[in-house]
Amino acid sequence: MARVVVDVMLKPEILDPQGQAVQRALPRLGFTGIADVRQGKRFELELEGPVDDAALDKIREAAETFLANTVIEDFTVRVEDGQ
Amino acid sequence: MTTRIGVVTFPGSLDDRDAQRAIRLAGAEPVALWHRDKDLHQVDAVVLPGGFSYGDYLRAGAISRFSPVMETLIEQAKLGMPVLGICNGFQVLTESHLLPGAMLRNNHLHFICRDQKLRVENAATAWTSDYQAGQEISIPLKNMDGRYTADRRTIDELESEGRVVFRYLAGEDGLRNPNGSINDIAGITNAAGNVVGLMPHPEHAVEPLVGTGKTDGLPFFTSVLKQLVNV
Repeated sequence: MARVVVDVMLKPEILDPQGQAVQRALPRLGFTGIADVRQGKRFELELEGPVDDAALDKIREAAETFLANTVIEDFTVRVEDGQ
Repeated sequence: MTTRIGVVTFPGSLDDRDAQRAIRLAGAEPVALWHRDKDLHQVDAVVLPGGFSYGDYLRAGAISRFSPVMETLIEQAKLGMPVLGICNGFQVLTESHLLPGAMLRNNHLHFICRDQKLRVENAATAWTSDYQAGQEISIPLKNMDGRYTADRRTIDELESEGRVVFRYLAGEDGLRNPNGSINDIAGITNAAGNVVGLMPHPEHAVEPLVGTGKTDGLPFFTSVLKQLVNV
């Protein structure tokens, strides 16, 4: 089976308080030198058929209409290698 | 004939019973609508209640937006049927694009639950005509994802067209904006004024015994009833 990964991130201009909370916790735990943290979502979609253009178009449509809210989020779609 | 106002129950809705009760107290007949039933059962208006439909999975309101009942509801709302989205219902309305913008996690990351002072900015919508523009009311607020956001152009459009219906005001604690919402926006309407969404809960402030101890939320339901009777 082929795997397609959809990553969804808040747009850069949108405040991400969860990412900020993680960033504030890092130095306390001894992880220094990290300037910024943004938190997002990763969806792993296992396809029943081949990963062709038609399948990828459908996944892009799903990402655009459902997996991401494009008012506040950006998404990327990529095929995972090494399957 | 009694005016029928539907209240949709999604899996995870919490405030559907309170919304039904508020509708009954206002003098209309509440009609329970089920998320999997496309049929709106001849209701004249619909309330999308608060809660955590589908566990807020993916994003608050994102999965409910695709439920069968919403198909018909979106159609009817575009034709002018009054629709009120409260809290999670507001989130469903933005996810459905019946209202612009989106709701994000509160900027302080805490669930907030308090009586919230609001100013009614627009008393010309289907759900606010029994208020006066500029009137201050207090109704409960309780949510995790209440930070309203939209791009600058949308905000300018909402502001210039008077479509910000409610704005957060400072209460006794001095705290004004409870969640980081842009321009202190608590609720908005569509251009036609039939679809209104807000984060605070008018249905919890309709009788003196419970909630805020006042009835500041009742005019939502009497407003829409008046409009429907006059039609």
